[in-house]
Amino acid sequence: MSNAHSHAAHTTGEHNPHLAHHFDTMGQQAGAAKLGMWLFLATELLMFSGLFLAYFVIRGFYPDMVLGAHEYLSKTAGGINTCVLLFSSYTMAMAVRSAQVGRPNNQEDAARIKKYLILTLLCAGIFLVVKYFEYSAKFEHGMLPGKFYTAHLHGYDIEGLPHIFFGVYFFMTGLHGFHVVIGMAIMVWIYLRASRGEFSEQNYAAVENAGLYWHLVDLIWIFLFPLLYLVK
Amino acid sequence: MSQQPATQDSHSSEEPNFYRAKSGLMSWLFTVDHKRLGVMYLASVLLFFFVAGFLAIALRTELFTPAQDFVSAATYNQLFTLHGAIMTFLFIIPATPGALGNILLPLMLGAKDVAFPRLNLLSFWIYSVAAVMLLCTLLLGGLDTGWTFYTPYSVHTGSAAGLAALGVFVAGFSSILTGLNFVVTVHRMRAPGQSWDRMPLFVWAIYATAVIQILATPVLAITVLLVAVERFLGIGIFDPAMGGDPVLFQHFFWFYSHPAVYIMILPGFGIISELVTVHSRKHIFGYKAIALSSVAIAIISFIVWGHHLFVSGQSELIGVIFSFLTFAVAVPTAIKVFSWVATLYGGSIVYNTPMWYALMFLWTFTIGGLTGLYLATISVDVHLHDTYFVVAHFHYVMMGGLAISFVGGLFHWWPKITGRFYNEALGKLSALLVFIGFNVTFGTQFFLGHQGMPRRYFAYLPEYTTMHQISTIGSWILALGLVIAGISLAMALRKSAPKAGPNPWNAMSLEWQTASPPIEHNFHDTPHVTCSPYDFPEIDKSGGGHH
Repeated sequence: MSNAHSHAAHTTGEHNPHLAHHFDTMGQQAGAAKLGMWLFLATELLMFSGLFLAYFVIRGFYPDMVLGAHEYLSKTAGGINTCVLLFSSYTMAMAVRSAQVGRPNNQEDAARIKKYLILTLLCAGIFLVVKYFEYSAKFEHGMLPGKFYTAHLHGYDIEGLPHIFFGVYFFMTGLHGFHVVIGMAIMVWIYLRASRGEFSEQNYAAVENAGLYWHLVDLIWIFLFPLLYLVK
Repeated sequence: MSQQPATQDSHSSEEPNFYRAKSGLMSWLFTVDHKRLGVMYLASVLLFFFVAGFLAIALRTELFTPAQDFVSAATYNQLFTLHGAIMTFLFIIPATPGALGNILLPLMLGAKDVAFPRLNLLSFWIYSVAAVMLLCTLLLGGLDTGWTFYTPYSVHTGSAAGLAALGVFVAGFSSILTGLNFVVTVHRMRAPGQSWDRMPLFVWAIYATAVIQILATPVLAITVLLVAVERFLGIGIFDPAMGGDPVLFQHFFWFYSHPAVYIMILPGFGIISELVTVHSRKHIFGYKAIALSSVAIAIISFIVWGHHLFVSGQSELIGVIFSFLTFAVAVPTAIKVFSWVATLYGGSIVYNTPMWYALMFLWTFTIGGLTGLYLATISVDVHLHDTYFVVAHFHYVMMGGLAISFVGGLFHWWPKITGRFYNEALGKLSALLVFIGFNVTFGTQFFLGHQGMPRRYFAYLPEYTTMHQISTIGSWILALGLVIAGISLAMALRKSAPKAGPNPWNAMSLEWQTASPPIEHNFHDTPHVTCSPYDFPEIDKSGGGHH
């Protein structure tokens, strides 16, 4: 794809209405945007890596507790969500692809981008609904973080200090869920810009960046799912 | 003029400078011009430098006598915490990248702006929000944990540690976004001919800093977020009462905060590299060595955090490894110091205010660096840990390193930023007073610490009185020196101050090849770079030396 992209930059860069004043070519602008996104993803990864480290320390301290507490997470719900997110990565990739081969100001091509964005948004929505039911179940049974943990009052006898496990669980999945919500907001924004016919083979860096972000959100879940739900 | 900017002075009188290009409050608050953002950062960081400096003077004055004088023990805890937190998160970290970096980086690269101007504006606003959050802690019970937020105290204290932690979290975002912006700018926005080996060393330093900002700050973000969550939910990651591990917090915190020390000092190195060449009219000695040693320091900085935990109960083997790695930092740092001294050797040194500050830096920073080796030695550190020796060491590095180079850099680039000259006599007087005051204040503290004076105490045993009084008097001299520096700089803002012209120092780097203050889009035409920024015209190249 990079050939087409630099080609586009050379032929039409000078007069493209989407070229910001401080860049010389569309190629330079797209390159800057993508490098910026990759660096941002690196910071996201590092931020979550701190949490993963905390998880492993807790698991190292209390292996039996983590094993016992994780049984109360729904593998079915987690599994469904994993499939949903994996599928959404496919639809997102298709949205990016549609933008990359789209003709400028072409309704048909813009509609294809929008279709895939809607599908991705739908998946994100399903993910959050499933997560909502999972969270409500935990709330009902008092399986809450830290000092709010009351599962023992609901008749659950999990050995050790399960409040830490649920603290880690809620914090990690909560932060991930927050990223899903942000991702949805980004997709709505990209959808609106696609409706205005902004994206085409000459200008698709924004769609690509949204895609990169979304893949990272998926990727983090791919690690969260086995670590939290499939301890055994 | 071998760095050929197509622009020449014939135009510059026609096009208004960036201050006059637009007017009105909104043109500042919502500007995406890197120079205006830099000026706003500059005003903010100087304000916080003043506030935190004022707190420091209050602390030193309280310590004039062994007994409690005019602040209570609890207030004292809040004073040193806020002094540290404001200095670190609102002054030192954003000062050079946010203020000087924003103003100079695109100019030095020959670009029209940073890669993401709107993101740059966002960084500034996020920084402002963080500043408001940190200052709000004052109204909501203060903050008494020290700037390090050590658990479990920070989890249980009645002060507003939760809000402060979130404030630091927000400040971290500003730092990350600025770093990200600068890395992309350096990669993608260089003018034609501005190859990596022709970038000014200030750019290299800002680049290395930005890399650390990107890689380290996210870990701080998650750490302080965990502290805040621990306070609100008590999840038990850091709090031993809930089954957590306080040493884990220290690992997390210093994994960021040690690299953060280099976020603070590396830009200072960049400033000094510019000052010593331009004001000694000599090509920098060891360009590649200085540039790459910044990168080397950035890398090593990530694997030395354990030297903050020598007495926190980590294993002896790990302690020895961290001690050894910490010594390794001395190598690239020494390469820099030797290169600066070698640059000065045989140069036509101009003893103006920027050069005085640069020479002062070489003295104070070297002391700070060498005493770091004492603290990297485990057996010595066990004795000196949490004493005034540590306080003196990091003030020699932070204040004597970054703050002094920052002030020197302000004098150096002030003609570019304001278009006029500061007052040279007052500038030199300030340098003299700062030098004396600084060394009296913190030099004394090495001895205090060595004799066992612990840090963070509002009262002390009578036998320390003399040295504490010397230190306090030194701090007053230091404050006077900084006030005079401010007056000298402020005098450039008068209409009657002498105009500087585009290039008062006859420097070769690109920021001097446009008007002072620069025009809105920096250059009339994109400059083309043809040689190193340190090839001064008077350098005799016949002997075969550099390039």
